[in-house]
Amino acid sequence: MKAFSTLLDRLVLTPGRNAKRQLLADYFRATPDPDRGYALAAIAGTLDVLHVKPKLLRELVMERIDAELFRYSYDYVGDLAETIALIWDHDGVPEEAAFDAGLRLGAVVEALNGAGKLQVRPLVRSLLNRLDASGRYAFIKLATGGLRMGISAKLAMQALADLGTQDAGEIEALWHGLAPPYESLFAWIEGRAGPPEMSAPVIFHPVMLANPVEPGDLETLTPSLYAAEWKWDGIRIQITRRKETVRLFSRSGEDISGSFPDLIDAIPFEGTIDGELLVGSRNEQGRLSARPFSDLQQRLNRKSVSGKVIEEFPVFVRAYDLLFQGEQDVRPMPFEARRARLAELISAAGNAPFDLSPLVDFASFEALDRLRLSPPDPVIEGVMLKRRDSVYQAGRMKGPWFKWKRDPHVIDAVLIYAQRGHGKRSSYYSDFTFGVWAQGPECDQLVPVGKAYFGFTDEELLLLDRFVRNNTVDRFGPVRVLKATKSEGFVVEVAFEGLNRSNRHKSGVAMRFPRISRLRQDKKPEDADRLDQLKAML
Amino acid sequence: MKPDALLYPAPAGLYCPAGDFYVDPVEPVARALITHGHSDHARAGHGAVLASRETLDIMRIRMGEDFCAEAQVAIPGEPVSIRGVTVSFHPAGHVLGSCQIRIEHKGCQIVVSGDYKRGIDPTAAPFEPVACDVFITEATFGLPVFRHPDPLLETAKLLSSLRQFDQRTHFVGAYALGKAQRVISLLRRGGYDEPIYLHGAMTRLCDYYQAEGIDLGPLRAVADEPAADFCGRVVIGPPSAFGGTWMRRFADPLPAFASGWMMVRQRARQRGVELPLVISDHCDWQELTETIRELSPAEVWVTHGREEALVRWCGLNGIAARPLHLIGYEDEGDA
Repeated sequence: MKAFSTLLDRLVLTPGRNAKRQLLADYFRATPDPDRGYALAAIAGTLDVLHVKPKLLRELVMERIDAELFRYSYDYVGDLAETIALIWDHDGVPEEAAFDAGLRLGAVVEALNGAGKLQVRPLVRSLLNRLDASGRYAFIKLATGGLRMGISAKLAMQALADLGTQDAGEIEALWHGLAPPYESLFAWIEGRAGPPEMSAPVIFHPVMLANPVEPGDLETLTPSLYAAEWKWDGIRIQITRRKETVRLFSRSGEDISGSFPDLIDAIPFEGTIDGELLVGSRNEQGRLSARPFSDLQQRLNRKSVSGKVIEEFPVFVRAYDLLFQGEQDVRPMPFEARRARLAELISAAGNAPFDLSPLVDFASFEALDRLRLSPPDPVIEGVMLKRRDSVYQAGRMKGPWFKWKRDPHVIDAVLIYAQRGHGKRSSYYSDFTFGVWAQGPECDQLVPVGKAYFGFTDEELLLLDRFVRNNTVDRFGPVRVLKATKSEGFVVEVAFEGLNRSNRHKSGVAMRFPRISRLRQDKKPEDADRLDQLKAML
Repeated sequence: MKPDALLYPAPAGLYCPAGDFYVDPVEPVARALITHGHSDHARAGHGAVLASRETLDIMRIRMGEDFCAEAQVAIPGEPVSIRGVTVSFHPAGHVLGSCQIRIEHKGCQIVVSGDYKRGIDPTAAPFEPVACDVFITEATFGLPVFRHPDPLLETAKLLSSLRQFDQRTHFVGAYALGKAQRVISLLRRGGYDEPIYLHGAMTRLCDYYQAEGIDLGPLRAVADEPAADFCGRVVIGPPSAFGGTWMRRFADPLPAFASGWMMVRQRARQRGVELPLVISDHCDWQELTETIRELSPAEVWVTHGREEALVRWCGLNGIAARPLHLIGYEDEGDA
């Protein structure tokens, strides 16, 4: 546990990517199984441990210290886990505590997961007694699910690759099919064994990503070398069938098969497809027609799904690419060859909920731009450009694939609430709730339609922060209520990618990916947009 | 005599009317008793100054020969009479020359601890417990979350980082008086015998420590090595050099900071510290409470720091205590 907590202490304070990678690689090198595998899982977010509630931790610490002394300390430190970790042995090390320098991360994880309901309290107390302050902090973060390290899976895989001669992409592909503590993965990377046996017969293959088209990019490209296809507004997925096993993954590798039994049961071919998951069904001509993203939302993030929801919101896959045909890896083939095979597969699938994302003919990028701005289907959010000879490779390389999105929607809104940010921004008011005008019972009122905490520059943040400090009319805990009347207030232009219906928001709409694109100090709040205009975009 | 007639907080600092002197005054006064050389306690411009020989030397180094009109050396343990008030100086273990000051008059004894610590430190004479009616304690780290680890383990972290990141300059922020020399001495005890590079603000005091017989090993001034790249070297400078232009001469510097505040992660993050070294020249919570238990004074007065928590602890343990609310002590030596 000491090695793990030392690693966390360093990672938290190390901004440089290379230094983080070295810290990780050195840790993996020096730490035995299964500890390093559990650490990898904890850092990459794949570790399931018994969840300890903050309430239990508070009760345990209150057994040992005066409430007022605890409050002074918590006020000063600001973080519950850190306060408890530091204050635990304020009165010296108690007699029943046996500090245990040899207590290992693996033992902690296994003890937590083996504990029965009544054993949790004494177990947590005893672990806190046996760890030092840094170990207690790591343990509390682990057990309360608060271990947010800001380490991407990709960085962790690169650190693993530094242990041997395997490629980070291949390590990631296998990693997705394995479970902690990954002993066979380490053995393979270190050259002590062959590739690990998959615990699941179907694994996620890291997806190929596109770069946005930046100004000047298109001038350097030859149109005839690229194929164009529509970019559909659903969620990017990967679906694999191997014999009778079917898995549906999100583009980050999360297994979402459980939410879509209708799709899982309906895939008629073996192989792996990259495509867009959409809500929709076949029309009278027998063609699949997509419905807006807000309909797809009804199907996302559900643990179980009822027959009624499936009937109301049926899903299908609009296929973009083929990774495996049966058992054959076709990723090294050029895009056009893969696509020809994909087209055959889809046409043989008959009435199954799969179709092929059509290519868009274009003679020049000017012509494509016109198509992009007036697409034939409202569920299109732009076009993709794919080099006809591009192989399918994981990650986001510049050159083979581009995404050229429709311009974002913008509205003018009024700032209503503000909160302090986190980390570097903890002394700035940088999280904003904004609203638009709607007819109230007596007069117009502002209804909140979204929150945004980026999009502005550092100079603009100073300005916003100053506005908040000088124009607070009320406070609720950390939230400041801002002055916002027809004549006084702060207007911002908000850009967003799309709009969903929402039952949670009073306004009935929720924005996707909202950000503050411009400060509109030239406008008065009364010039801001109205809810009806927003609803018309649904 | 009642203690608060013998000594009380006045605008210029703690004042003893019977002896007509101040302890660590924050404004120029006719007669001052100085506990130690940190700039928030030792200021220029007083008339007569009574302090340990080392503290007077340090004041001279930092403020010039004419830092006061008349300097008098206090020999630790030897009582001196000032207008009938008996005062004596006793080591406080904070930095070189630091002392507590015992003040006795008409059967009432008060000890002003100044800043102090109880941990082992070869660069300062160890704290000597002095019995008294009133003990005036600092509370810089007066919260139960502060528990300073073994400082040798902290410098071991620095040594291990030097091995792991052998191409990066390890820049250690440390206060020029006391902390810098303590960090160097700890590194030497940890077996590090390479030259250590100093910011200009550090050199005179390090020379003084060496002249006082405290071995700091080979030291070099950064300014004397214009061509060096300092890769894999230890450079010690004042915390104010963090992120300044002076730092730009180092390749990929790894910022470390030696301070008791480094106990709290958010503090380290706010300052951009990558390697926090929890090394303090003050008492942690346990040392504060153990010292109060050991001395068992009739009353405890708490000065600068987190007074409320220590006063609360005294209350819970049946010891009369109150905060003094002194102002003007803001951490040069903070930490």
